This record gives sequence, structure tokens and C-alpha cells, in this order.
Amino acid sequence: MIKTEHLSKRYDSLVAVDDVSFQVAPGEVLGFLGPNGAGKTTTMRMLAGFVTPTAGKASICGHDIATEPLLAKASLGYLPEGAPTYGEMTVRRFLEFIADLRRLEGDRRRARLDYVIGRLQLSRVLDQTIETLSKGFRRRVGLAQAIVHDPPVLILDEPTDGLDPNQKHEVRTLINEMARDKIIVISTHILEEVDAVCSRAIIIARGRIVADDTPLALEAKSRYYNAVTLQLEQADQLEAARAAVAALPAVAEVEVSVRDARLTALPRAGATILTTVSELAVRQGLKLKELHLESGRLDEVFRTITA
Amino acid sequence: MRNVGIIMRRELASYFATPLAYVFILIFLLLANAFTFYLGGFFERGQADLQWFFYWHPWLYLFLIPAISMRLWAEERKSGSIELLMTQPVTLWEAVLGKYFAAWLFAALALVLTFPMWITVNYLGKPDNGTILAAYIGSLLLAGGYLAIGSCMSALTNNQVIAFILGVVACFVVLLAGFPLVLDAFRSWAPQWFVDAIASLSFLTHFDSIKKGVIDVRDLLYFGMLGAFFLLATSIALDLRKAH
Repeated sequence: MIKTEHLSKRYDSLVAVDDVSFQVAPGEVLGFLGPNGAGKTTTMRMLAGFVTPTAGKASICGHDIATEPLLAKASLGYLPEGAPTYGEMTVRRFLEFIADLRRLEGDRRRARLDYVIGRLQLSRVLDQTIETLSKGFRRRVGLAQAIVHDPPVLILDEPTDGLDPNQKHEVRTLINEMARDKIIVISTHILEEVDAVCSRAIIIARGRIVADDTPLALEAKSRYYNAVTLQLEQADQLEAARAAVAALPAVAEVEVSVRDARLTALPRAGATILTTVSELAVRQGLKLKELHLESGRLDEVFRTITA
Repeated sequence: MRNVGIIMRRELASYFATPLAYVFILIFLLLANAFTFYLGGFFERGQADLQWFFYWHPWLYLFLIPAISMRLWAEERKSGSIELLMTQPVTLWEAVLGKYFAAWLFAALALVLTFPMWITVNYLGKPDNGTILAAYIGSLLLAGGYLAIGSCMSALTNNQVIAFILGVVACFVVLLAGFPLVLDAFRSWAPQWFVDAIASLSFLTHFDSIKKGVIDVRDLLYFGMLGAFFLLATSIALDLRKAH
């Protein structure tokens, strides 16, 4: 369990984190979202024990970060922002160093090292110094050190930053696998990641929590939730189609994209319009390339509440 | 305490992973010998001792030791690896001591590699090996004192060049604390007991007495307390950063 109560951090006149309280239970993957400078990294640094809070409390697995920092840190795997490591060390020596600090010994040490090296596909670069590695490999080395001791709690600051799509997919699969019995907090500004791995999302802006919900519920707040998008075969039908759709009583607004002959009908609050819009399309004899129901756009919700 | 050892080994290995270690040892040996033979007139004096060899150590260390210590914390902060280190289950003290001991052990290694000098004087004559041993111990303590000061200066900044300059200046002040150059700055305004206290902090006075072959408990205590003080200051500087 991660628990924060009224956690705050002030730097002189700047309030980086302002009265943040939340709890995360095992099995949850919490996505920490927010614009750059919103306080995501500062909050994570406080949880990891790298920054001392100005006010408030936080605990990891029941260990208060201020009074039992070593126990809190021992239950935690942490990937700092930018995945800093010791560049002059080889991957092997670096992971062994972390395993030593994490008190891994004997067979378990060997097994855990083998596991992370295999899981994050590091065997090819084991004897290279970290400074010679690509950004993607460095990130994976950072992830490997965070999970080598199999901690019950993981805090990962932008775990997929700098990875290519395949590697991103790999890391997300890994997070999903570990999610069953761990508490995971990730920060990201890639919104698709929230859908891919998170069971819950907290949006933070100017140091405050502005939304805390499941990704689905957040998407439901979008204007696009249950909206219907039509793409026409021919652009010349576009104006007629727009007028007809806009005339439907349940439709609040229609957005048109002339370039790809696409229009999106936004429903009035709570209304479902898929059936009426599709019937209308048949009645009007519109030639459709595509018709689909929008599930809500997280990026739009994000912009609305953090602006 | 196990963590001190783990951190120390990692740190020590990192010296040798870069050319730093080799450049440092080479320059140290070259300068130590050049000073002894040319400035100290080793052969001309016709005496089998290492007096002039050790005479130059405080001055040699003044520039070479801050070159080791400047990276201790400044580099960790610059690269961000300090965040990785301090979020492992280690205490700040374990990290401060581990890194300090690594630097000290490295300085000790450089010092040990001057052994041909010792062989040379023993070949040429019959030196007092007890005095030489005492002087080696004194030199090692001196390096430890410089390193503690340098560690503190390195914790104050994330710029290694600034850490180096601060280190040289701070070591210089402590080195010459018993001399008019430093004392005059205090005499005009500070009370006499304070001036005396400053004077007693001088590296040079304490090193000189050990160098003569007398290992006094007071000198040992001096180096121990000076080291402890600056390492404490190091950890306070790092802790303040964390709270800030």
C-alpha cells in the first residue's frame, strides 16, 4: 500500500506539490499524468525518499518515509526520471552493485539477475559500459535495477521514454505482468500508455490533483464520449450530411474535416446517437467509408482539466 | 556497515574505469620524485633520508587531492546518479563514508607506489626506517584530511571545476592556518583565543611533528576530528540539498 496524506513541497515561493493525498492498493497500476512541471516527478521523488516533503506524510507498505526511510526504500523499486546510472560501469557490474545493495545473495541473486537480464533483453550488452549504450538500452538497464529485488512497490518515472514502439510494447507487457501482485505507479505524458497499462489515473496540474479515476471514467468526461464519426466516400456529400446530422435533436455539435471527408457528431450530455446517425446515413443515401463510435479522447479531457 | 564496503568498491573501481586513476598516479609519482631530486637536492645533500621527499607532500597534495575529491559528489549530482544511490536502502552516512574511503584508499595506493624511493635510500645508506614509516603514516593522514575537505566542497556544487577550486582554496587555508598569511586575516577582529584556535588547526604543524618520527596522540586526534568534521559537513550539505 502506498499512502500519502496532504503531501506538499515548496521551493521558496514556488509550490511544486500542493496537498496531495491518495492511496494505491496492490493490483493497481496508477498512472500519474500531468503537463511538464506539474509536480509528478517531485511527488515521486518524495515517495522514493530523494526529496524531503515540506509538509504532509507518506508511507510505503506501512513504513513512513520520514521515520523508517530504509524499510520504505527496501520495499520499493524506483526508476528515476531519465534513468540515471553510472556511465563508466558495465551493465553486469552495475546490476551486481544494485543486487548487493539490495541484499540479494546466493542462488536468489543469480536467479534474479538472470531474470532481469533475460526479461529486459540485456544479455547482448552485458559487458558494455552503460555510457556507450543507446537511450533505449539505458532505460532498460534503469528498469532492470528497479525490479531486480522483486519489490512489492514500483515507482517508475516515465518508463517508456525514449523507447521504440516494440520496446514500449515489451515494457508495457512487463508492467501488466507484474501488476497482478504489485503496486505500480508510473508517470507518463503518453496518454495511450494509460489505456494500455493503468487501472487508474491521477491527473495533476500545478501541484494539485485535478482528477482521480479509471481511464474509462476519465474518457467518459470527454466531449467525444459516445460521439459518432463518419467518413464519406465523396467529399461533395459532406455539406448535406453535416446539415442533416446537425438537425438531429440528440446531436449537440458537428465537427467537419474537409481534408479526409470526415465528420464527427458530438452527442448532447448522456445521449447515445449511434443508431440515429447510422439510420440517417442510410436514409440520406450517404456512401460511407467508415462509421465508428468514439470512446472518448483522453487527450481532450487532459487538455480541458489541466489548461 | 556492509553498504560502506559495497559503495567503496564501486567507487574505487570507477577510478580505474577511466584514465583518471592512471593519470593521477603517474603525475603524482613524477612530481614527487622530481621535487625530491631537483628542488630537494637529494644527491647533493648526501644523506640517506626521505626528509625532502615528504617535505613537498603538503604542497603536492594541495593540487592533486582536490583533483580526486572534486568528482566525489559533484559528478553524482551532475549525472543524476545520486538519485539512484540515495533511493537505495542505504543511509547518507554509508554513502559519504563509502565514497570517502574509496578516495582515501586510492590516495594510499598512490603513496604506496612511491616505495622505490624507500628502497633507494635503504640501498644508498642506513636511514631511520621508523621515522620513514611515521612520515608515511603522516602523509596518509594528511591526504585523508585534504580529502575530507574536498568531499565537503564537492557536496556544495554540481560543477567539478568549482569543486576543485573550492577544494584547493579550503585546503590551502587549513594548510597554512598557523601562518601569518591566514592568521592576519583574523587578528584584526577576532579574540586571541580564536586566533590561537585557528593556528592550532594547521595541517603543516601537525604533519611536521609526525614527519619527524613522533606520532603523538594529539596529532592523530587532530586528523581524526578534522576528517569527522568535514565528513559531517558533507552529509549536512547533501541533506540540505534534499530538503531544499
